[in-house]
Amino acid sequence: MKVTLTVNGSHRELDVPPLMRLIDALRGPLGLTGTKEGCAEGECGACTVLLDGDPVCSCLVPVGQCAGRSVTTVEGLGSIDHLAPLQRMFVDHGGAQCGICTPGMLVAAEALLRRTPKPTEAEIREGLAGNLCRCTGYQRIVESVKAAAELRGDRGEGAA
Amino acid sequence: MLPLPVFDYHRPRTLAEAVALLATLGDRARVLAGGTDLLPNMKHGLVEPDHLVSIGRIEELRGLALAPATASAPERLVVGAGVRLGELADSLLARRVAPALAEAAASVGGPHHRAMGTLGGNVCLDTRCRYYNQTHFWRKALGYCLKKDGTACHVVKGGQNCVAAASNDTAPALVALGADLEILGAAGARTVAARDFYTADGLRNTVLAPGEIVVRVALPVAVRRRSAFEKLRRRGAIDFPLLSVAAVVDRDEAGAIARVDVVVSALGARPRRLRAAQDVAPGSDPAVVIASVAAAARRECKPLTNLDEDAEWRRDMVPVVVKRALVRALAQG
Ligand SMILES: Cc1cc2nc3c(=O)[nH]c(=O)nc-3n(C[C@H](O)[C@H](O)[C@H](O)COP(=O)(O)OP(=O)(O)OC[C@H]3O[C@@H](n4cnc5c(N)ncnc54)[C@H](O)[C@@H]3O)c2cc1C
Ligand code: SF4
Ligand code: FES
Ligand code: FES
Repeated sequence: MKVTLTVNGSHRELDVPPLMRLIDALRGPLGLTGTKEGCAEGECGACTVLLDGDPVCSCLVPVGQCAGRSVTTVEGLGSIDHLAPLQRMFVDHGGAQCGICTPGMLVAAEALLRRTPKPTEAEIREGLAGNLCRCTGYQRIVESVKAAAELRGDRGEGAA
Repeated sequence: MLPLPVFDYHRPRTLAEAVALLATLGDRARVLAGGTDLLPNMKHGLVEPDHLVSIGRIEELRGLALAPATASAPERLVVGAGVRLGELADSLLARRVAPALAEAAASVGGPHHRAMGTLGGNVCLDTRCRYYNQTHFWRKALGYCLKKDGTACHVVKGGQNCVAAASNDTAPALVALGADLEILGAAGARTVAARDFYTADGLRNTVLAPGEIVVRVALPVAVRRRSAFEKLRRRGAIDFPLLSVAAVVDRDEAGAIARVDVVVSALGARPRRLRAAQDVAPGSDPAVVIASVAAAARRECKPLTNLDEDAEWRRDMVPVVVKRALVRALAQG
């Protein structure tokens, strides 16, 4: 089946089985290996991407469901040379250790900050409640997101 | 990695097309809404359909609004089955007229599940059990069970009925709030009260016939009705309920208690409407109602070993969670 969708702002066309999981389409034919697989059953959030702006588990989305829709992955937030404020702050504040949860955390945090540019600590924890981390103990992730919100606010990037 | 088994995929645009397709495909097909229940279950080999009929782009399944009172029905909150749990949880309207439902939606999984999962999918959620929601490898090692591939139940030894738990958080809220489910199938449309929709059979705990689609949910609203939802879970997010409780209280014009309904779920396959709550006499003292219904709830509800955590502890938590819900339903202005 031909599936046309927008990935990180570019128009992409795929010829894949409609029930290929979005994560496999991203990591395979689309060559975007930033998105990680943890549990494969919707428990951990490592595979989080934005689908029309909402955070979803790409391990639970058949790519056929994405026809005509817009997907944002961690690669869409910023690049190695131009890290987005969220990515920069995760580096500066120790928000990433082993890194397996990080792409999902970043994308879930992006969804949160688009909706709530100046979140309280409770709102940050609620926004990231679908993402598990086994390394950091979460506190540094929360601090990274808080710092990124401030940085985005300073740059006028808050309200997307 | 748990890949999705190969199957055929359909994406009808209208309700009529979906119903016709389901009628033709028969029991080889399953409805796919948000997929957050069906797809993990397929990955575990619990459900093995040849066809999936995605209802994600059917406009007729959307919408969340008040419907005005008619000659035969009071004012109602009408929510399309395709409405996502996150939309329902955030809806100011739902939070005002049916807080128990909005709170139940807000307590499902984490933000991702609520962004994907729909009300219809939650209403039709498969029952859950610690011996069933496991990988094929795990179930095979145990020798399977009655609900799938096996002949014995590991919860009720020697039992011939599956008692897997209704684990959908909106179910107790819909039952307590007196909701009706509007259903469409090839044989036509019908309306079933939420309290008659669920059965005690863990294999399949709804009266939905194969090929039928839940189209929308309608619940009566009343000015002096208050409601609340409470849930017991291990962590503050992601986890399915170990108990879920919805309480509804109607007041009379003078502010006295007129009617109480409390529904407890995540026990067996059917949400349980507490008899003690229905028996509350109009005009009863709120403090007495809270204490007596909570105490009776512990006698009426018997959590099983179908879910994780100690069943005795869950039983001791029944009155605690019932009390939390009742206190809030009775406190609100
Ligand atoms: C990690 C995790 C945690 C979760 N936690 C919770 C929780 O705490 N509480 C909770 O209640 N749920 C929880 N869920 C389950 C699930 O996310 C929700 O219940 C969700 O609402 C299911 O909706 P869906 O649209 O994704 O359903 P789907 O998976 O698409 O469908 C579920 C079932 O309903 C049928 N169906 C769907 N829509 C209709 C319709 N309109 N008419 C007829 N049949 C239909 C499908 O055929 C399928 O059998 C969790 C899931 C995961 C993966
Ligand atoms: S209650 Fe018994 S039959 Fe039903 S899923 Fe659990 S172990 Fe299987
Ligand atoms: S890999 Fe998708 S939620 Fe864990
Ligand atoms: S950094 Fe290792 S799981 Fe989060």
